[in-house]
Amino acid sequence: MSDLTDLTLVTAREGLRRREFSAVELAEAHIAAIEGARHLNAFITETPEKALGQAHASDARLAKGEGGALEGLPIAIKDLFCTRNILTTAGSHILDGFKPPYESTVTTKLWQAGAVCLGKLNLDEFAMGSSNMTSYYGPVINPWSNPGSDRKLVPGGSSGGSAASVAARLALAATGTDTGGSIRQPAGFCGIVGVKPTYGRCSRWGIVAFASSLDQAGPMTRTVRDAAVMLNVMCGHDPQDSTSTPLAVPDFEAALTGDIRGLRIGIPREYRVDNMPAEIDALWQRGIDWLKAAGAEPVEISLPMTKYALPTYYIIAPAEASANLSRYDGVRFGLRVPGATLDEMYENTRAEGFGAEVKRRVMMGAYVLSAGYYDAYYLKAQRIRTLIARDFDQAFEKVDAILTPTAPSAAFAIGEKMDDPLAMYLNDVFTVPVNLAGLPGISVPVGLSAEGLPLGLQVVGRAFDEATMLRVAGVLESAAGFTARPAPFGGK
Amino acid sequence: MSDLLIEGRTGKWEIVLGLEVHAQVISHAKLFSGAAADFGAEPNAQVSPVDAGFPGMLPVINRHCVEQAVKTGLGLDAQINLVSVFDRKNYFYADLPQGYQISQFAQPIVGKGQIQLDMPDGSTRIVGITRLHLEQDAGKSLHDQSPTLSYIDLNRSGVALMEIVSEPDMRSGEEAGAYLKKLRSILRYLETCDGNMEEGSMRCDVNVSVRRPGDGLGTRCEIKNVNSIRFVMQAIEYESRRQVEIIEDGGTIKQETRLFDSGRGITRTMRSKEEAHDYRYFPDPDLLPLVLDQGFVDGVKAALPELPDAKKARFIEDYKLTPYDAGVLVAEKTVAAFFEVVAKGRDAKLAANWVTGDLFGALNKRGLGIEASPVSAASLGQLIDLIADDTISGKIAKDVFADMVETGASPGAIVEAKGLRQVTDTGAIDAAIDAVLAAQTEKVAEYRSGKDKLFGFFVGQVMKATAGKANPALLNDLLRQRLAG
Amino acid sequence: MSLDKATVAKIATLARIKLPEADREAMGRELDKILHWVEQLDEVDTSGVEPMTSVAHMTLPMRDDIVTDGGRADEILRNAPNGAHGFFTVPKVVE
Ligand SMILES: [Mg+2]
Ligand SMILES: [Zn+2]
Repeated sequence: MSDLTDLTLVTAREGLRRREFSAVELAEAHIAAIEGARHLNAFITETPEKALGQAHASDARLAKGEGGALEGLPIAIKDLFCTRNILTTAGSHILDGFKPPYESTVTTKLWQAGAVCLGKLNLDEFAMGSSNMTSYYGPVINPWSNPGSDRKLVPGGSSGGSAASVAARLALAATGTDTGGSIRQPAGFCGIVGVKPTYGRCSRWGIVAFASSLDQAGPMTRTVRDAAVMLNVMCGHDPQDSTSTPLAVPDFEAALTGDIRGLRIGIPREYRVDNMPAEIDALWQRGIDWLKAAGAEPVEISLPMTKYALPTYYIIAPAEASANLSRYDGVRFGLRVPGATLDEMYENTRAEGFGAEVKRRVMMGAYVLSAGYYDAYYLKAQRIRTLIARDFDQAFEKVDAILTPTAPSAAFAIGEKMDDPLAMYLNDVFTVPVNLAGLPGISVPVGLSAEGLPLGLQVVGRAFDEATMLRVAGVLESAAGFTARPAPFGGK
Repeated sequence: MSDLLIEGRTGKWEIVLGLEVHAQVISHAKLFSGAAADFGAEPNAQVSPVDAGFPGMLPVINRHCVEQAVKTGLGLDAQINLVSVFDRKNYFYADLPQGYQISQFAQPIVGKGQIQLDMPDGSTRIVGITRLHLEQDAGKSLHDQSPTLSYIDLNRSGVALMEIVSEPDMRSGEEAGAYLKKLRSILRYLETCDGNMEEGSMRCDVNVSVRRPGDGLGTRCEIKNVNSIRFVMQAIEYESRRQVEIIEDGGTIKQETRLFDSGRGITRTMRSKEEAHDYRYFPDPDLLPLVLDQGFVDGVKAALPELPDAKKARFIEDYKLTPYDAGVLVAEKTVAAFFEVVAKGRDAKLAANWVTGDLFGALNKRGLGIEASPVSAASLGQLIDLIADDTISGKIAKDVFADMVETGASPGAIVEAKGLRQVTDTGAIDAAIDAVLAAQTEKVAEYRSGKDKLFGFFVGQVMKATAGKANPALLNDLLRQRLAG
Repeated sequence: MSLDKATVAKIATLARIKLPEADREAMGRELDKILHWVEQLDEVDTSGVEPMTSVAHMTLPMRDDIVTDGGRADEILRNAPNGAHGFFTVPKVVE
């Protein structure tokens, strides 16, 4: 039934409505695909029974002509979302065995809309990484590979399992979270669409926190239209999250008119960074030309603070993380490593429970907040964050959306850059500023590198104007006509 | 303030005291979660995943707790900050599930205010309030349940506290005691905290230092969680002596957190706080700045009840009471209300004496609060009326009151039943006088030969003969006439 | 210069992460490298610039004072690696 796994959310939705196949058949096809692709290590927990149970219920509702926006559609969940009574790990040893007594707001909305849960997806530990190499559950393998070599590639991160599972046709769609690029960069590396909504659009309630002022959940799909459909379900005001914005959510699917005539598209000068591969520069130019051809007007803009975004992010995110991760102390849930005293128990538990990157960031965060350094690092960074947001405010007085590359490179080999945190951090140079400013961003697959690996472009929108952003992305998608897909595998 | 100095071996020392009071806000639910805030449930039965610091859980603030903090700020006539910020105070402890306490550091909801102390001698002193901020309480650690483990109950975790910090304006344990009494009185008038120190809904940390009069501030020690006013005064007494001795022995005071051991009446270093802290405060990114509008604050202000100081001034003005009596009567809202019923249309001074004297005496003896008084304000008033209209004498009234406390009966009923009305009929009194004078012929002779101090003796005899019911004034006149005759 | 071992040890203690003597120097070098990199922020003149409090341009929402949770100690305790008689337990603390 592999053709069932090739459907998009939207075509599968139609197929179910027309009863061409059942939700159970659709679920079974994906469960089989997952079993055939375990070598990708995309899932930490598979939930086939739950999936089949939900699929049966969906068939019953569909039979009565009922059903929600995602009725019977099998999706998978990044293992950062708490799921009631289902193992939730955040990719960390320290959450061993944790089964939350609650369900995150976003996943609750998805199940209420009829979506079917295939399982929990692998990720960088506590979403800290750009390669999925930091997961306690091992790296995820990018379903794409360089035809010329047998080196296994990273899917990007932190939503690596999400991107790999959608690209490999193991799920019609997946949830991701994006703190500095964790949806858009892996979407780019795996040739799929990934949306990071405006900060405050999706509730953070029930999502394991990394950096509270930056974290946002979003959809990862194979088409822009699928992203719009899933985003509509995931968004909405949540009184349980004090930073959730009480705004009505427009019909994003309806916004995909394909008409961008007269829209002004900002092209930020500062994003032409040194030693960016020429092919990415070229692809970016092609994107500009496509939009121009569709009637939009490219406008060069300046975002002077761009080069300071990464260092700013690497002060603010670790600072918030150092406090957010203090609750993992071996007392109420997860791993406990014994110690003679309370403090020894804490230190042993956290030393064994956290991986190297998490330890590094928690210690960095503790340092920049500590007495005598707070002003020089944390406060300084928050002032520069104000300037970064101001850059975008000024740009959006002149333009309706901004076009940039998603990442400065295509997927790299597993193991690369692990010895050099700074080199790894550079993956997010184009995505991090968007999180710091709280704006919506989307990555759309538009072409292949010389090595035959997917490359994406990013569209950034005004705050709470995901609609325009999606409309522009839709035009890019059709113009690019990206039909390439990873070489078939597995099934063995 | 030389009277407040303490005498050391090498001269006089001044004690400098600042108090940090943690007052539990009266509310149904916790500050940032929907779990109940009241005492006495089964362990961990009043805990939401938010209070237990579970992954992905987020705080949402309780509007009523904010109102209570504003109300308290206004009651301390303090500056209300229309913009305040919640920060994370980072430290690891077994009963702090998040690994940080949500508190207010740089921008508290309430700024500078003041509080007037009523000293036992009737004088008053002003003590400055530095700030009041809202924060979460921690859970409870039980260290005595097992030889190897501490037990953690998170029912208290997340309950709303107001931390009220005073300026270092106090100079004696007595002033610290007066400060706590006055603060508790204000909190109870406002109904923002029940002020119960034994249950822990009002907890006090005392900052103690000593110095030579006129010198700058000395190094202070913070004594944690002293849970009664008496203990606060004991702790200060001990700690100030300890510091004076160290300095006089040529030592220096180490700034530290100490614990008051009520059993031994001493303070000692707090083990768990020995390592120097670095709390790494920063604004909680899960919460946004708390912004109040002036209209809201004005509304709370307009609804404030009459507070102890205003009531005291009114009692002195309207009832002509002494500052001391007025202070005693307003300390508790319920006592003040009781007094006002008794005093209505009567001799207020007399009413005050009966309430603070005989009534308080009787209540204390039975360990009762005013709300449980066996004598209602109305019937105490009736008793005073019976004295005023000469139905009974002040002396008889004491016996009637004793009966009222025992039986709860009305004074009128007791007077009738026991026939305690004063005798005002001259015939009856004359008869009694005749009888006495007839029986005491020598004494009468002595009196008439100039020994007029015997007059009192005759009064006593006649009173005895009338079982104390003779109207004293009438008796005096008649007796004087007869002895003169 | 590299973050000295004492500072690294202090941070590790603040963060309650056991860091063996042998690993301190390496961790110090790693953190130091990142710190030097972020110090390029000093180039930016931020005088008169307000620090960002939140990108969400709104003020703090408040909820009503109603009890909506609790009464589920079993769920709260179920994930605890160690507990007794309805309490969480930790190695004995001496105050
Ligand atoms: Mg304090
Ligand atoms: Zn406090």
